[in-house]
Amino acid sequence: MVALATAVGAVLAQTPVADPAGAAASTGAAEFWVFWILAPLSLAAAVSMVVLRNPVHAALMLVVNFFTIAMFYAVLEAQFLAAVQIIVYAGAIMVLFLFVLMLLGVDRELPTRVAQIRGQQPAALLLGALLFAALAVGVAGPFLGADSACNAPPDAVAAAGADAQPCVGLAAANEEGNVRGVARLLFTDYVWPFEVTSVLLVIAAIGAMVLGRRTERPEDLVDGRGVRKEPLRARAARPTGSTALDREAAE
Amino acid sequence: MDWLDVLIIVAVAVGAFALWLVGTALLIWGERRVVAKMQSRVGPNRLGPAGLMQTLADGAKLFFKEDIAPANADRWVYLAAPMVSAVVALVTFAVIPYGGTFTIGDRQISLQVWDPDVGLLWVLAMGSIGVYGIVLAGWSSGSKYPLLGGVRSSAQMISYELAMGLAVAAVFIYTGSLRASDIVANQAGTLFGPIPAWHVIPMAPAFVLFFISAVAETQRPPFDLPEAEGELVGGFNTEYSGAKFAMIFLAEFMNVITMSAVLVTMFLGGPNGPLFGPDIVRAVLPTIYFVVKVGIFLFVFIWLRATLPRLRYDRLMDLGWKVMLPFALLWVMATGFSVVLRETTERATVIRAAAIGAAVAAVLFFLAPLFSRRASEPGGGGGDGGARPLDDPRPGGEALPERAGDRPSTDRPTEEVGV
Repeated sequence: MVALATAVGAVLAQTPVADPAGAAASTGAAEFWVFWILAPLSLAAAVSMVVLRNPVHAALMLVVNFFTIAMFYAVLEAQFLAAVQIIVYAGAIMVLFLFVLMLLGVDRELPTRVAQIRGQQPAALLLGALLFAALAVGVAGPFLGADSACNAPPDAVAAAGADAQPCVGLAAANEEGNVRGVARLLFTDYVWPFEVTSVLLVIAAIGAMVLGRRTERPEDLVDGRGVRKEPLRARAARPTGSTALDREAAE
Repeated sequence: MDWLDVLIIVAVAVGAFALWLVGTALLIWGERRVVAKMQSRVGPNRLGPAGLMQTLADGAKLFFKEDIAPANADRWVYLAAPMVSAVVALVTFAVIPYGGTFTIGDRQISLQVWDPDVGLLWVLAMGSIGVYGIVLAGWSSGSKYPLLGGVRSSAQMISYELAMGLAVAAVFIYTGSLRASDIVANQAGTLFGPIPAWHVIPMAPAFVLFFISAVAETQRPPFDLPEAEGELVGGFNTEYSGAKFAMIFLAEFMNVITMSAVLVTMFLGGPNGPLFGPDIVRAVLPTIYFVVKVGIFLFVFIWLRATLPRLRYDRLMDLGWKVMLPFALLWVMATGFSVVLRETTERATVIRAAAIGAAVAAVLFFLAPLFSRRASEPGGGGGDGGARPLDDPRPGGEALPERAGDRPSTDRPTEEVGV
């Protein structure tokens, strides 16, 4: 197992060598094999996450999927992203999912086709296909085909004009260390999206807490709003039929 | 990279592996002996000198025992859980430098298996994966007590990971790097006089936070609620036997060693120490310093177990979320401020901005209780100035999940009267 760790470490720690051609060849080969081993695994995990009927098994498949994605990041020399992917997604979020699954006892196999909205499956397929197309065209599109690599070596950038995608290379991008590179981008170019996202997350967390409180009376969702809550004893002593619950019971 | 380099890497990895495995065996023996001494017993004393070979005998017994799986267990997950625990425990120590750097021939050998750019984040990542071993073991056993243990451990480990991560972040900010080797190098030399420049002095609050969360993350007493022999019959590992139990057991003790090693690396200078004598002694001394420092922490871990009673679960959660997390946040802010102040050229501007920020925070801090008071109690109850007892059940004081769970129970009497 340590041998495995060493091997993984050696792959991860691969630093670009001075000889550019040799470096490109060696990382390229490693990338190639890692990709073709991990990609089917990643897809298989994703598909079985949807197909498996036991929620805990499905959650575990999602964890496997997160792991393969982390490996992709690592192979692309984005070590920080790989570590954060494992810490945040596999380590924190999925453990919370499992925690909830266990706490609620939803660990029995769920029957399929229960409580399905009519036309949900075709709609899901259609929307999924649309999303895929949008991602493929919008995000991956510019990098497919001949444009998949940078087309302008540093000395020819001016000649290529607006179409230039200058070759910076991983060595230059990771020059001051992967973590520092990410941090610099995050706090300069992307500081606004970063802050907006964090505010969004805080709002979502507060919203989840407000909505998640199980209650029969909607006014409980807001803490009082200046209205003093009736003490428990007075509520219990009220004649039957006075609360919504009691009316329900009477019916 | 020729074959000699590969050989050196393998030798360093095997060295680390041997150090950790032998350390684990000795820790299990040492724990039993030390706890026995503290309880006026003798402890294992039959096999080998002072019972030193006891762990070996126990291991042999466990591996030849019949492997029983409950009929209710989820077969694959039940099999995978101990493996996850063991593998994670084994790969975590790859990033920890367990000795100095020395030269043989024209090659520099550094006694550290892997020194990545993300450094000690690897330890955090593996720690968060380690939760799976315990949670899945608890769930897949198909039995109540292990499930309770698994649920407890997942909540506990997530809660304390926050404080631990922030304590580590403070050290990262102070050092300016995530690499274990940089963190160790930053602690070389002396602070003033004969006092070494270990982070434990400037980063004392982070040290305390990290130590407490390390105890909670390794689920050692007094935070051993997931196993709680008295209440849960051993918790998540109740249904395990034979080799699988041995793996869980091994992983637990190995995690204790790894956590101690991380503590030593981050706060006590790792393998740093005074070097003297001929070259061969200089090469060996750092490893000896490292082992001695880790040994001290291992003793403290055992000491805690023999001394402290187990915490109540809500106290454990209160400590993690209400005490350690805010304190860790404050400390990270303070560290960041001091580092910026040290490196900036415009001190006055930074200090002015910080003063404004602190003033706004202070005003909000004193205003917030007034608002939540008015919301929950319009009449206002006397002149206690917004101060509230800690266990106030009024709404607004229930930001915590386990408190929120109490809410429906207040509605129950009405329900019963109605029905």
